[in-house]
Amino acid sequence: MSLVRDIFTVVMVAAGAFFFLAGTVGLLRFPDPLTRLHALTKADNLGVGLIVLGLLPRADGPIGALKLIAVWMFVQAAGATVSQLIARAARRGMSQP
Amino acid sequence: MTIGFALDCGVALLVVAVGGWTIVARASFAAVVGFVSFGLLVTLAWVRLAAVDVALTEAAIGSGLTGALLLGAAARLRGNEVAMRAERPGPALRIAAGLFAATVAAALAAAVLLLPDPAPTLAPAAAANAGATGLGNPVTNVLIAFRAIDTMLEKVVLVLALVGVWSLAADRGWGAAPSPPCAAGSGDKTAFLAQLLTPIGIVVGIYILWEGADNPGGAFQGGTILAAMWLLVMMAGLANAPAISRRSLRLLLIAGPGVFLVVGLGGLWFGAAFLAYPVAHAKAVILIIEFVMTLTIAATLALLLAGPPEREASP
Repeated sequence: MSLVRDIFTVVMVAAGAFFFLAGTVGLLRFPDPLTRLHALTKADNLGVGLIVLGLLPRADGPIGALKLIAVWMFVQAAGATVSQLIARAARRGMSQP
Repeated sequence: MTIGFALDCGVALLVVAVGGWTIVARASFAAVVGFVSFGLLVTLAWVRLAAVDVALTEAAIGSGLTGALLLGAAARLRGNEVAMRAERPGPALRIAAGLFAATVAAALAAAVLLLPDPAPTLAPAAAANAGATGLGNPVTNVLIAFRAIDTMLEKVVLVLALVGVWSLAADRGWGAAPSPPCAAGSGDKTAFLAQLLTPIGIVVGIYILWEGADNPGGAFQGGTILAAMWLLVMMAGLANAPAISRRSLRLLLIAGPGVFLVVGLGGLWFGAAFLAYPVAHAKAVILIIEFVMTLTIAATLALLLAGPPEREASP
C-alpha cells in the first residue's frame, strides 16, 4: 500500500515539475507577452495542482490536506487575476506603441 | 554532497547573481523587479537557516512592502528617466561612487568575516529567561519584552516616516484622501480578487499575530498582511482611502506607540523601570500592546503605500 502511495506521489510531483519546466521554457522562449503568460499559467495551475495532488496522501491529517488544497486555490486565484491584469496592460501597450 | 547542501549552494549563488544583476540593471523598473526577486531568495536563505521569523519579515517588509514602494517610485520617475540619463554624472564621479560603494561592501564583509568564533551572543540569556513572560516564541520575547524599547522606537519611526510622506502633499491637497496606485482602470478582476481574498487575508493576519506568541509570526508580519488587504480593497476601488485629517485615523496611527508609552511610564511609576511589565500580568499586557500595535502597523504601512494626499479636499 505504501509502495502504491510512493509511486503515486513520485509520478504526480514529477508531472508537476515537468509543467513547471515547460512553463519556464515557454516564458523564456515565446515571442510576445500574451503567449508567455499562457506558458506561465500552465505552470501555475497544472504544475502546482499536480504537486499538491501528489503530496495529498502524505499530508498529516485532513487539516494538513485542506491547507495544501487552500494553497493551490490561492495560487489559482492570484495567478488568474495577475495574468488578466498583465494581459490587459500588454494589450493596451500594443495598441498604442 | 547532500541535497540540502546543493540547495544551499544554489540559493547562495542565486542571491549573489540576482544582487549583481539588480545593481547593473539600467532601467529602474528592471532594478526594482530584481530587488524583489532578491528579497524572495534571501527569504529562502533565512528559511534554510531555520530563522522563520526573519524570513517572514523579509518576505513581508523587505521584499513585499519595500518592493511596492520602489515600484511606485519607479512609476513616478518613468517620465523623467530619459532626461535623467542625459544628465549622467561624469566618469570620475561615477568611478568615485563605485569605489566608495565597494569600500563599504568590503568593510561590511570584513566585519562579518572577522567576527570572533563563536560570535558574541545573548541567546543563552534570552533562552534562560524565556519563562518570565509566558510566551513561547523567543523572538517575540526579545522584541516585546527584553528589547521592548527598540520596538517602541521602531513604531515611532514608522509614524515619522508617514509624516514625511504626508509632508509631500501639495497645499490644496492637505487634509484630503490619498489616491492609492492603479485605482483607475484596473477593473472588475481586481475587485473580484479583493472580494475573495480580503476576508481570508484578515483571518490569516490575525492568526499570524496570535500564533506569534508561541510560533514564528507576530505583530509586524500580521500587520503587514492586514495592510496588504486594506490596500487591495482600496486599489480595487471597493473602498475610498480615508481623508488624512480624520481624527479616528490619526488616533489609530498613534495608538501603538501611545499604548507602549503608557505601559512604559506605568512600569516607571509602579515598577522597577521604564517598560517593566507587572510580573503577574506580563502576558496580558504584552498581548494588549501587540494587538494595538498590529492595528497601528497595518494602518501606517497601508497609508505609506497609498502616498501623499492628492485629491482636492472635499467640502
